[in-house]
Amino acid sequence: MIYLIAFLVGGAICVLAQLAYDYTKYTPAHVLVGLTVIGAALEGFGLYKPLLNVAGGGALVPVTGFGASITRGVVQEASRLGWEGLFTGVFEIVGLGLATAIILGVLLSILAKPKD
Amino acid sequence: MDKAAQEAQKRYQEKVKRLEPRPRIARDLFRAFLTGGILSIIGQGFFDAFSRIEPSEGEAVAATLAAMIFLGALLTALGVYDEIAEFAGAGAAVPITGFANTVVAAAMDFRREGFILGLGCKMFLIAGPILVWGTVAGFFAGLLKIAVLSLLR
Repeated sequence: MIYLIAFLVGGAICVLAQLAYDYTKYTPAHVLVGLTVIGAALEGFGLYKPLLNVAGGGALVPVTGFGASITRGVVQEASRLGWEGLFTGVFEIVGLGLATAIILGVLLSILAKPKD
Repeated sequence: MDKAAQEAQKRYQEKVKRLEPRPRIARDLFRAFLTGGILSIIGQGFFDAFSRIEPSEGEAVAATLAAMIFLGALLTALGVYDEIAEFAGAGAAVPITGFANTVVAAAMDFRREGFILGLGCKMFLIAGPILVWGTVAGFFAGLLKIAVLSLLR
């Protein structure tokens, strides 16, 4: 059941972005930044966690989930460490993925050639 | 202009209208929905698997994001993600696999300009804004939440 909800919610967020592509003058970069910031803000208001509980991957996979994970790390680490956590917490959850992207980016750029 | 000519012109314009390519917005939306949905199902699969082996939900979330980034990076290097993006539009850009795609594609493209000034400087050319504004938004949203929580305590 959660797989169906994940499909519907993840798809719906992408449809919202596609509508913004097609009907507004905003560039894809603006739309993606907007979604990330919205996700981070919703988590701050305690609204993204319920969506994650209901939709799982559908809330986690879109960039809104990336933004929400940044806020979540900040709150988690600030509760644990105090003020330092506001800073160290930024990459507490997303850091694993970011380091993966950087390391793989370098390795794959050596192994694979762009086709053009 | 007599009536017959007017009729002919009207028929002509109707014909033009019918033959004009329609904006493919419904098709674009469907493709974005389908692709975003499928990637979310894959993410849910990773989340289920990591929830069993990771000690906390936060760590399962972290591992899921990293696994999706791994997948996006791999598909980019194989040249598959470009085709998915062509098909899906926002359905390929919005999932976190798309973030990995922009990082790895930039690394591959700019390597020829050198490892430091090319790859090093330009790897986050597209993904950078998401990282910068995500960090700023996450910091302040977290600060706000912590402030409210400590006031309520």
